[in-house]
Amino acid sequence: MSRTINHGDTETRRLFDFSVPLWLSRILLWLLPLSFLIISFFFPLSRILALTFNLSTITTENLQLAFSVLTFTFYQATLSTILTLLLGLPSAYLFARYNFHGKSLLRVLTAVPFMLPTVVVAAGFNALLGPRGLIHTLFPLSSFNFIGTLSAILLAHIFYNTTIIIRVVGNALSSLDPKLEGAARSLGADSFRVWWNVILPLLRPSLFASSLLVFLFDFTSFGVILLLGGSKFSTLEVEIYLRVLKLPNLSLAALLSVTQLVCTLIFSILYSRFTSRSTAQIAPRSAESNIRKPGTLRERFFVAAFIFLLSSFFLLPLSSLPLRSLFRLEADRGQRGEVQYGFTTDYYTELFVNRRGSVFYVPPIRATLNSIGYAGATVALSLLLGFPAAFALAKPTRLEKILDPLIMLPLGSSAVMLGLGFIISFGAWLTSPLLVPFAHTLVALPFVIRAIQPAIASIPERLRQAASSLGASPLEVWKNIDFPILRRATLAAATFAFTISLGEFGATLLISRPEYPTIPVAIERFLSQPGGLNYGQAMAMATILMLLTIASILLIEKFRLPNSGEF
Amino acid sequence: MLEVHHIFKTYEGKPLLNDISFTVAEGETICLLGASGSGKSTLLRIIAGLEDSDSGSISFNRQDLTSTPPHLRDFGLVFQDYALFPHLNVNDNVAFGLRMRRMEQVEISRRVAGSLEMVNLGGFGNRSVTDLSGGEQQRVALARALATRPRLLMFDEPLGALDRALREDLLNELRGILHQTEIPAIYVTHDQEEAFTLADRVLILHDGEIIREGTPADVWTNPESAFVAGFLGLGNVVDGTVIGKNKFQTGHGILTVKCTHKHLKGDKVHLLARPLPAEKEANVIRGVVSDVIFQQDRFKITLDNGLNVYLQEAPKVGERVAVRVKVECLA
Repeated sequence: MSRTINHGDTETRRLFDFSVPLWLSRILLWLLPLSFLIISFFFPLSRILALTFNLSTITTENLQLAFSVLTFTFYQATLSTILTLLLGLPSAYLFARYNFHGKSLLRVLTAVPFMLPTVVVAAGFNALLGPRGLIHTLFPLSSFNFIGTLSAILLAHIFYNTTIIIRVVGNALSSLDPKLEGAARSLGADSFRVWWNVILPLLRPSLFASSLLVFLFDFTSFGVILLLGGSKFSTLEVEIYLRVLKLPNLSLAALLSVTQLVCTLIFSILYSRFTSRSTAQIAPRSAESNIRKPGTLRERFFVAAFIFLLSSFFLLPLSSLPLRSLFRLEADRGQRGEVQYGFTTDYYTELFVNRRGSVFYVPPIRATLNSIGYAGATVALSLLLGFPAAFALAKPTRLEKILDPLIMLPLGSSAVMLGLGFIISFGAWLTSPLLVPFAHTLVALPFVIRAIQPAIASIPERLRQAASSLGASPLEVWKNIDFPILRRATLAAATFAFTISLGEFGATLLISRPEYPTIPVAIERFLSQPGGLNYGQAMAMATILMLLTIASILLIEKFRLPNSGEF
Repeated sequence: MLEVHHIFKTYEGKPLLNDISFTVAEGETICLLGASGSGKSTLLRIIAGLEDSDSGSISFNRQDLTSTPPHLRDFGLVFQDYALFPHLNVNDNVAFGLRMRRMEQVEISRRVAGSLEMVNLGGFGNRSVTDLSGGEQQRVALARALATRPRLLMFDEPLGALDRALREDLLNELRGILHQTEIPAIYVTHDQEEAFTLADRVLILHDGEIIREGTPADVWTNPESAFVAGFLGLGNVVDGTVIGKNKFQTGHGILTVKCTHKHLKGDKVHLLARPLPAEKEANVIRGVVSDVIFQQDRFKITLDNGLNVYLQEAPKVGERVAVRVKVECLA
């Protein structure tokens, strides 16, 4: 064992340095994660590319369709982003400038949707505004259509992404030096001029960055559009799904995937440009002095109105879901005679029954077990692959700095595209339930690495030196310092992987076997079937998924390292 | 007794430590005093075994430690940024070294309590280290190093991150603890006040070499070089030329200095003019007052020719003054 411990030493080297040369230990670290990426991402990607750049694929007809789909995708994403800004900016101002009771609770409430699976959000809006939802059944006279409209999609997108604006712009706003505002006023600027000439220019980088991020999420949105809008709203994602499962045309699906990938890559590059530029501008200082209690009547009105607006907007869909899953408001299909309206646990008990003529061949509760099983496998696999990669990336060599974005690349490609890649590449194994955890790991791996890597890098070399000067051998240093500190990050990463796997919808919808449904797939199938019982079961399933996810979020928050930043 | 023999170290091709040798005797506290970049921290890390020297050796009680890994050296080390283990509470931090030595739990508890008592943190045991103030954290770091009763204690600018008042308190406590425990210690600092308060012997490090070594009083009275006199701020360092026995031509006139060095006529020398007025001295500093700074028990006067003197009564700016001072030859 080497004893050299100097400036250039890396912890990876120390940990794995059992007289193994440096280059060999690095290769050992990368062996598993890279092979996994090559097999389950780059190989399918190459198949998609091969299918795309083929004379029989690139036809005028296909290109025209791709273009019109791309146009609509842009349209809905732009519209969603503008609307999100309309709600997000005043909310950001509210959080950055005012103190009020329940502020932190309201902030958490606005952030919860961001972590929720798309099926849960879709089911939540359905439970509130759908044809069988609370408002419709309680006020039968109201005859508006919500599900199947563009408004439904837009509303859900706002619901999802407002928190991004609140966080990014709100942080920038609260870190603005209040003296600047005072200086501008003392130089004769009125409120409008202060905003237009001072505050907005300073906020511009954060405005651009957050808008771009919101746009990116809206652009690649799938579950919300399929479940709330329906397949007539053909965005790139929805169209790929249709061309795989409903109107099979794999080459067209491949062409759309490549279009999608190119677009998201461009947006991601733009985004990282903005974020790298937007950091240095504003002198960091305590955020406290900007925050005050609402004083004037106008301020109080603004604060009260927005608290009411935000809390009802975020609370109603989330609470409608469990409510609707516990109340029978209409007759079930085929149910005659006396119907028991009101409180019921039928929708939950029915999940345990294997009914003939039901949507499944197995009791629906099996979907929950499948999901948990898949999630467990995803946790194991993504930790196994993520740990060595995170160790290598905690102190990367020059070559490894190139590998870093490569590992993150699956994030830029959509879930539906990952599913398509699996279908093209591993068609023969599609009957196996093993593909699902592989696809989920692909999605979860970047998050796992990002959760562990900073923790590894954050352990100061000093701590190890202090331990060793107190008599701890290298092995004892790992056991007593590295391991306990990483334990929290590992648990957070595991919970991340678990949550992502539980809620993953796009890829799973394409590759899961009918006899091995997951919770999101089951919810989709229940929702697409007629009948009050199916609807109620969808609500029950979505409630279970929501509770599981919220429990996981709370766990992650508990394990997260302090100061590990946002996004 | 710690012996450091002819340590050489280069860093990125530049010499960092150049033939460093010294010893630390039983119960002795030495201070390595030097500006940042003088190599003092590196020297400490080499002694601790956290870094290798290019050549030279470290031995303790005649036993060569050059190839002994840090965890087997039994040297306590206290860092400037404390390096407390954030996942352990105060008790477990202090107990860490004892656990590594596989001690009995009863003995561990006894020693932890004793060490915390020694640094005035009795009752803090169950606190989380992240909830402590900077001063308290440094006390925990000290208690942690003391608990194992190491055969040598090393401090790497331990008070650098603390404010002045706290630094003075901790310094006095540390002085008491070092006397009481009689553990030999090496204390690295750039602050001469800290060094002179603690040290039995001061080693001044400059450009990777020890340029002056001695008791605080000895170093203070005989700095022996222009650099040391300047670094310690002992007074006005003046260039001069030998023009005769004990006669020196300077930019401030001819000065008469009793000098035991063997100079030849025409030699260039450095002279130190101490700024405190001394009645019976032969040499007089003259000049026009350009600045007056209040310094608690005196006024620091800056003259238009760049010299400084300390006076009890503040003259007016623009006033002409003449002050008798002591002048020494630094060679």
